[in-house]
Parts: sequence; structure tokens; C-alpha cells
Amino acid sequence: MSAPQAHLETLPRSVQLLLVLGLIALVAFPFAGQDFYTQMVTRMMILAIFAMSLDLLQGITGLVSLGHAAYFGLAGYVLAFMSPADAGANILTTLPLAVLASALVALVIGFFVVRTQGIYFIMVTMAFAQMLYYLFFDNKGLGGSDGIYINVRPAVLGMDLENKLVLYYFTLVCMLLVYWFLRRLLWSPFGRTLNGIRLNEHRTQALGYASFNYKLTAFTLAGGLAGLAGYLWGAQTGYVNPELMGFHMSAHAIMMVILGGMGNVAGALIGAFGFELFLHLFKDLPKVGGFDMGKHWQLWMGALIVLVVIIAPQGLMGLLRSRKQDD
Amino acid sequence: MDLANFSIQLLNSVQYGLLLFLLAAGLTLIFGIMGVVNLAHGSFYMLGAYLAYAFTGAWGSLALAVVAGTALSIALGWLLEKILFKHFYHRSHLDQVLLTFGLIYIFEELRSMLWGDDVHSVGIPAWLDWSIKLTETLSYPAYRLFMLAICSALALGLWLLISKTKLGMKIRAGAFNSDMAQAMGVNIVRLHALVFAMGVALAALAGMLIAPLSSVYPYMGSQVLIMCFVVVVIGGIGSVRGALTAALLVGLVDTFGKVLLPQFASMLVYVLMALVLLYKPEGLFKQ
Repeated sequence: MSAPQAHLETLPRSVQLLLVLGLIALVAFPFAGQDFYTQMVTRMMILAIFAMSLDLLQGITGLVSLGHAAYFGLAGYVLAFMSPADAGANILTTLPLAVLASALVALVIGFFVVRTQGIYFIMVTMAFAQMLYYLFFDNKGLGGSDGIYINVRPAVLGMDLENKLVLYYFTLVCMLLVYWFLRRLLWSPFGRTLNGIRLNEHRTQALGYASFNYKLTAFTLAGGLAGLAGYLWGAQTGYVNPELMGFHMSAHAIMMVILGGMGNVAGALIGAFGFELFLHLFKDLPKVGGFDMGKHWQLWMGALIVLVVIIAPQGLMGLLRSRKQDD
Repeated sequence: MDLANFSIQLLNSVQYGLLLFLLAAGLTLIFGIMGVVNLAHGSFYMLGAYLAYAFTGAWGSLALAVVAGTALSIALGWLLEKILFKHFYHRSHLDQVLLTFGLIYIFEELRSMLWGDDVHSVGIPAWLDWSIKLTETLSYPAYRLFMLAICSALALGLWLLISKTKLGMKIRAGAFNSDMAQAMGVNIVRLHALVFAMGVALAALAGMLIAPLSSVYPYMGSQVLIMCFVVVVIGGIGSVRGALTAALLVGLVDTFGKVLLPQFASMLVYVLMALVLLYKPEGLFKQ
């Protein structure tokens, strides 16, 4: 049961090129694509933020959380509660509050869970996420199982997220900021220490680092960033329900990070886009004879995940690395 | 809560606890011996319920369905272990989580292709379709008592198997130290396949038994799976005795929570787990 491995902390030229090309494509996309696709890409960018926030835990610190969706969904709920019924909420107040709420809850939960190790950490993070899930699911006052609608999307000073284009570019900027922040963090003394904890926690402790504090800080930060994604998700869909905190959403995040390759933030970003692209590809599969391949997308998705684990456990970027080693 | 009502709830909680135990016993052994986190365990439970639905529909007998379903699930478990799971015993937990989550997708879709996405019900066998009158208004269905008896018998059988037989000794040795057990001449490869098949069969059996009580529906495995993980973690990974204690505890907390604190009932179990782990970070009966 080796520790999860992270790879390619320094991005190869090819990946850097891909990221720059991807950025240009994202900036230009709304001018070329239809409204439907613009919304789809907005969704991908939101999920990319979510995936990158998990990578801070899973890839960089080596903490596999199966309950990361709790902080994602919570921020969406904060937005829903703070949105007036007939007007948009103010971004300047609701966004920081939503992120803060997620970070705070992550801090409290983290205080208990980062003491545990390995499989117990996986299970305890899941248990706490389930607790929050059922708190919202069973209480009518919190929206119950039906969730809450956000009638008007948030806005501030001429920037109105009701406008699909504004939302698109706002999300893009958020995604870039999160990417930049996490890449800087990865190479900061703090990030190096988190890396040390993943590779060998005892030695890191012996070097004088209080690993508990570092892990808790990472957990809190990751929760806050997941909250940013959740806020944007609420703003885009105009609707929050307990499923956003559910087990499937948490697993979704793990799969995105793995697909891309974890531990270098860029992989999580690529994985999120890749995962959603595959999902849409499978859903659009044609009918072959009497067999509707698109309707059974879950089968292909499941097969893809199983294949990735068997063939490319280090994700798409891991494939790149192993090819390089062959050269 | 008067006595009649209380005893009904108590019976329900024990029955739910024993059902969870059937699922968690396999999970904890697979965990403890092979070190595999198996998220697809809930799918085997669902599979059992759907097999019960399909076979009862075809033959009109639940007993026959259970026999055929158990045989099929043993075969499936054996096969899956040989083709897939065997290769994941030494991979990271993350890989195992991912693999088995992919399997959930596949199993759900196969279920949808075979039986559709509707909710189905399975009839209670005629000879058990009556109830015991407790008071003027309250009665207890005989099938639930029957299930209670079957689950107790299975739990007892499993306990005898594990603590009194030679095979059980090997299983315990495998859970304690797999390499050492192999060095002492235990055929660990065969033991792994056997334990895995047994786990799958127990999960499917739980699904078959519950089918007449709850309906048979898509994604029925997901919720119960999470409950089982809670049971396994509270009991301590690899400990069957722990799983039994934890399953009964979870059954009690969940059933009485739903009666006394309906708004927070579903949370209580997770609070219980968090509390246990705070005082016993490795579960109640970690070996």
C-alpha cells in the first residue's frame, strides 16, 4: 500500500505549450461556440477549480479525501441562503462569505480528521461529508431533499453573472487565479513541506515541522477553494441540492484528479476538462443497430475509469512521463 | 414509547443490524485480509436483490431464487477476484477506490440494461405472509421474524466458521499477517479467492433477503455501502466480531434515532462513528 505518487512537479515543455494553447482557446471560445457550449465549458472550468482544490490534498499532501464535495456544496448553499428572492446577491459580500464558510467548516472537520491515517482518513472524511449531506437532506428549513433555487444570479457594479458571457469570463479568471495560487504554493516552503509530509511524514516531523498544523492548513485551504467552485456552480445552475455534497460528487473530483495526473495542479486541470469531454462524448454516442450506445454512457465511463487505473494509474500526464523515460 | 412499540423498534433495529452485518462481514474480511477498499460491495447487494426479483418472477419461489442467486454470486465473486481484484491487492487505496467506483458505474448500467430503471417489488412467500398481533393496532410481520432468524443463523454460522474451524483459523491468520500465513503453508491465493467469493455471496444474500421488504430499485447499493463502511470502521478493520458489535450498534442508533430524533437520525450514525474514532482511532476491536 504505497503512498499515492505525485509526478511532474516541473511541467515539461509540451504540457506548458498545451496549457498556453488551452488558455488561448478558452479566451476565444465564446466568440466561436454556441451558447450551449459556452455553458458547458463554464461548467468544466468550475469543476477544474474543484479538482485543483482536491489536488492540494490528494496529490500534494497525500491525503485522499472522499468527502471533498461537502465544502463544494456548502458554499453553494451559503449563496442560496444569502440571495434575495427577487434580486441578485452582491458578489463582494457573498463570495468571500461562502468561501470563508467552507474554509471554516473544513477547519473544524479537519481538526478531527487529519489525525487519522490512510484508509481511516478516507472513511472519516466521507463520514463527515455524509453528516452534512443528511443535515441538509433531512431538514426542510435547510431546503430538504429538494434543494433551493437561486432566482437571480449574483452581481456587483455592472458585473452581472446573469449574463452568460460575464459568468464565463469571471469563472475563467477565478480558475486562472486558483491555478496560479496553487502552483506558487506548490513551490513555496509551505508546499515543499506538504510534499515532505506526503513522502515521509515521520521524517518531516523529525526535521521540526509540526505536520498536524501543515495538514490542517492544507485541508482548510482546500475546503475554501472547493467553496469557490461551489459558489460558482450555484451561480451557474441557479440551484443547489444535497447531491452537491454527496458521495458521488466527491468521487467525481477524485476521478478528475486521477485522470489528469495528480500532484502538479496542471494535471487536475487537464483531468477535469478531459473527464467532462469524455462524459459528453459518451453521452453523444450514436445508436448501433437497436442498441443506444449514448444512453448507456455509464458503461463506457466505468470502463474508462477501470482502464485508466489498470493502464495509466498516473493519469494522462503520467503517460507522458513514461514515454519520456523510454526515449 | 410503550412496551409494544419499543419491542417492535428493538426487533427492527436488531434485524437491520444483522443485515448490515452480512454485508460488513465480507467487506471487513476483504479489507483486513487483502487490504482492498471495495466500493463495489454495495453493487453485489443490489445484484442480489435484482436476482431475487428476476428468479422469483420466473419460478415463483423465493427459496429457489435465493439458492440460485447465491450460487451465481459465488461464481461471480470468484471470477471477479481472479480477473480483476487479485491484481489490486498491493496497489494504493486510491487506485482501489477508483477501480471499484468504475465498477459501480458498470454494474449500475448492466442492471439498467437487464432490468430497466423502474422500482420493482418482490412478493413475500405465501407461507410467511402473515403477522403476529401485538396489541389492538400493532402487529409484527412474520417475514421480518423469519429474516431475523435467518440472519442470526448466518451470523452464528459465520462465527463458528471463523473461530472454530481450520479454514477459519487460516482466515484469521491471513487477516493477522498474510505473508507469514503463506510462509507457514497456507495457500493464500486460494484463501483470497474464497474469502472474496464468500463476501460477495453474503452481500448478495443480504440483498435477496431484504428484497421482499424494501422494494428493488436502482442505486440501492450506494447508501447501504456507506453504512457498511461505517460499520467496518467502527468495528475495526478485519475484525468480524467488531463488525457484528458495530452493526448492532449502528442498527440501534439508526432505528431509535429515526423514532426519537427524525430530523437528525441519518446524521447520528456518522456522529457515532466520529466519536468512536476519537477515542479508538482504529475502531473498537482492532486486532
